[in-house]
Amino acid sequence: MMEFATHAWNALPAWTQLTVFSLVKIVAILVPLILSVAYLTFAERKIISYMQVRIGPNRVGPRGWLQPIADVGKLLFKEVIVPAKANQFLFVMAPLLALAPAFVAWAVIPFTDTLVLANIDASLLFILALTSMAVYGVIIAGWASNSKYAFLGSMRSAAQIVAYEIAMGFALVGVLMAAGSLNLREIALHQAGGLHQWYVWPLFPLALVYFIAGVAETNRAPFDVAEGESEIVAGFHVEYSGMGFALFFLAEYANMILISTLAAIMFFGGWLSPLPPAWIPSVPVIGALLGDGVHWLLFKISALLFCFLWFRATFPRYRYDQIMRLGWKVFIPVTLVWIALMGATMFLTPWGFIFH
Amino acid sequence: MIEFKPFVFYVFATLLVFAAGMVVTLRNPVKSALFLVLAFFSAAGLWLLLSAEFLAIVLVLVYVGAVMVLFLFVVMMLDINLARLRAGFGEYLPIGGIVAILLVLEMGLILSSGRFGPGRMPEPAAVAGDHSNTRALGRLIYTVYAYPFELAALILLVAIVAAIVLTMRRRKDTKYLDPAKQIDVRREDRVRVIKMPAEKKS
Amino acid sequence: MLQNYLPILIFMVVALGLGTVMIILGRLLGPHKPDPEKLSPYECGFEAFEDSRMKFDVRYYLVAILFIIFDLEIAFLFPWATALSEIGLFGFASMMLFLGILVVGFVYEWKKGALEWE
Repeated sequence: MMEFATHAWNALPAWTQLTVFSLVKIVAILVPLILSVAYLTFAERKIISYMQVRIGPNRVGPRGWLQPIADVGKLLFKEVIVPAKANQFLFVMAPLLALAPAFVAWAVIPFTDTLVLANIDASLLFILALTSMAVYGVIIAGWASNSKYAFLGSMRSAAQIVAYEIAMGFALVGVLMAAGSLNLREIALHQAGGLHQWYVWPLFPLALVYFIAGVAETNRAPFDVAEGESEIVAGFHVEYSGMGFALFFLAEYANMILISTLAAIMFFGGWLSPLPPAWIPSVPVIGALLGDGVHWLLFKISALLFCFLWFRATFPRYRYDQIMRLGWKVFIPVTLVWIALMGATMFLTPWGFIFH
Repeated sequence: MIEFKPFVFYVFATLLVFAAGMVVTLRNPVKSALFLVLAFFSAAGLWLLLSAEFLAIVLVLVYVGAVMVLFLFVVMMLDINLARLRAGFGEYLPIGGIVAILLVLEMGLILSSGRFGPGRMPEPAAVAGDHSNTRALGRLIYTVYAYPFELAALILLVAIVAAIVLTMRRRKDTKYLDPAKQIDVRREDRVRVIKMPAEKKS
Repeated sequence: MLQNYLPILIFMVVALGLGTVMIILGRLLGPHKPDPEKLSPYECGFEAFEDSRMKFDVRYYLVAILFIIFDLEIAFLFPWATALSEIGLFGFASMMLFLGILVVGFVYEWKKGALEWE
C-alpha cells in the first residue's frame, strides 16, 4: 500500500507535487494565523481590562479562555445583512478584498532561516505592494454600502492609509540601504551576531516611524478615526454584520500581526537570538532555547503586539488634521533626512560601518 | 498534457483580455475600475513569466496601489449620471468601430512582419539562483542612465506643481476653526466682568 | 525564480476561496429575515434624507495625486538602496540630486498649504 502511494506520488507531474506541497504549507501558515487572530482579540480585551482595573471576559470556559471560540460561533450564526440601497456584488466583494492581501503577504515571511513558503528575491517590495492593496477593501466597502457614515469613514481612512504608506516606504528604504537586499531572510541574517547588531540601534528613527505608521495603517487607536465609534459610529463597516464584519475584523488583526512580524524581522533580528553565538552553551535544551529559533520570533512579535494594545489603552484619539500633519509633515521629512544622512555617512565618512 | 508555463501564460492572457473587455463594456464605472485592477494584475503575472520581477511588483505597487486609488476616488465622487453616459453610444459607434478596426489591422501588420516572435528574440540564458532582478536594475539606472533618471525627477516635480496649481482652491464655505487658536483663548478676551450695583428694592 | 511564485498564486486562490466560503457559511447558517427598516442605510435612527454618494472635497484628489508621485519616488529608491554598495559615490550623488529636485516640490507643496487639512 505504502509503496503504491509513493509510486503514485512520483508519477505525478512536478508542478502538481509542488502544488500539493504548497497547499500543505499554506494550511500550516493559515491555521496558526487564524488562531492567533482569535486569541489576539481575547488578549486585547484582557490586557486593556487589566490596564483599566477591570477583569475582562471571564465567563466562557476557564477564566474566559474559550471566549474567542464563542465569538466565532456567534458571528457565524448572525444574519448577513445586505442593505437594500447597497451595490450587492461590491458589498460582498469588499471584505474579500480586505482579507486576501492580509493573508497573502504571509507567503513571503521567513519564520526561520529555512522556514519560508516562497523565498522570492523581492519579498519586501512584494509586501509593500500587497499592503497598498488594503485600501481597496476600505474604499469599496464604504462606497458599496451607500451609507453616509460608511462613506465618510472610508474616505478618511483611505487618505490616512495613503499618507502613512509613503512614510512606511521611506522607512523601508533605510533598512534596504543597511542590508543591501530586498529579501527578508537576508535582511534578518544581516543582523546576526547578537543584540547589538540589530537594526533598531542605527535605524532607530526609521524603526519608530515604521511602527507608528504601521499602527496608523491598520486603523488602530490612536489613529482610528476611520471607525471612531463616537464620531461616525463604526466608519466603513457600519453596514456589515455577521461574517462580512468578521472578515474585516480578521483582516485588521492579521495586518496587525503582519506589521509586528515585519518590524521584528527588519529591526529586531527576526528569529535570531539576542545573545552572541559565542555565549550560547552547547547544552541540549538550554542551548536550543537560547539559540536562534522560531520561538524568538514569536516572542518578539508578541512584545510588539502588546505595544499595539498598550497604545490603545493609553492614548486618546488623534484629531484628523493632526494625523495628516504627522504623516506628511513629520514622518516624511524625518525619513528623508535619515536616508540622506545614512548615505552621506556611508560614502563620505569613515563611520559607514555603523550601518553595516 | 500541456506544459505548465504556456498554460499559465494563456490563463493570464485570457484574464487580461477579458478584464480589458469588461472595463469598456460595463455600465458601472466603479466596476470597470475594479476590472482595470484585475487587468493590471494579469499584466503583472505576464511580466513575472518574463522574469521581470521588479517591474511586475512595481506595476502592482504603483498602478494598483496608487493610480487606481485616484481613479476610484474620482469615479466614486463625481456623481456620474449613468443613463446620460450611455446616451451617445449609438452615435459614436461607427467612428469608434472604424478606429478599432484600424488598430487591429495595424497590430496585425506589425506582428506579422517577422520582426517579432520567438525566432527573432530567443529566450535569454537562465540566471543564477541568487540573481537579483532589482539589484541588476539598480546597477544601471543610477549610473548608466543617470540623465533620464534626473529627467524623471523633473517630470515628477512638474506633476507636483501642476497638481497643486490645478486643484488648490480655498473653499469659502468651510467652517474650519483653528484648534490652536481655540485653545489659546484667554478668559479676558471673551468675558468682561463688570461691576454693577444691585438693583434697588422697590 | 518562477517556481517561487507558484505558492503565492496558490495562496491568493486559497485566501479568496477561504473568504468566500466563510461568507457563504455565514449566509447559510444565519437567519435570513429581511425587512425594509433593517435594510435601510444606518443613520442613527433617522430616515436618510439624501443620497449618501455626495460630492467630495477636491483635497482628496490632491492627496491621491501626491501619493502617486511619492509612491513612484519609493519605487525608484528601492533598486537604488539594494544596489547602493555597487554603484558607489556617483550613484549616491545621482539619487541625492533626484531627491533634491523632489524636495523642491515637497517644499512648494508645504508652502502652498497643500498639506494643511482644514
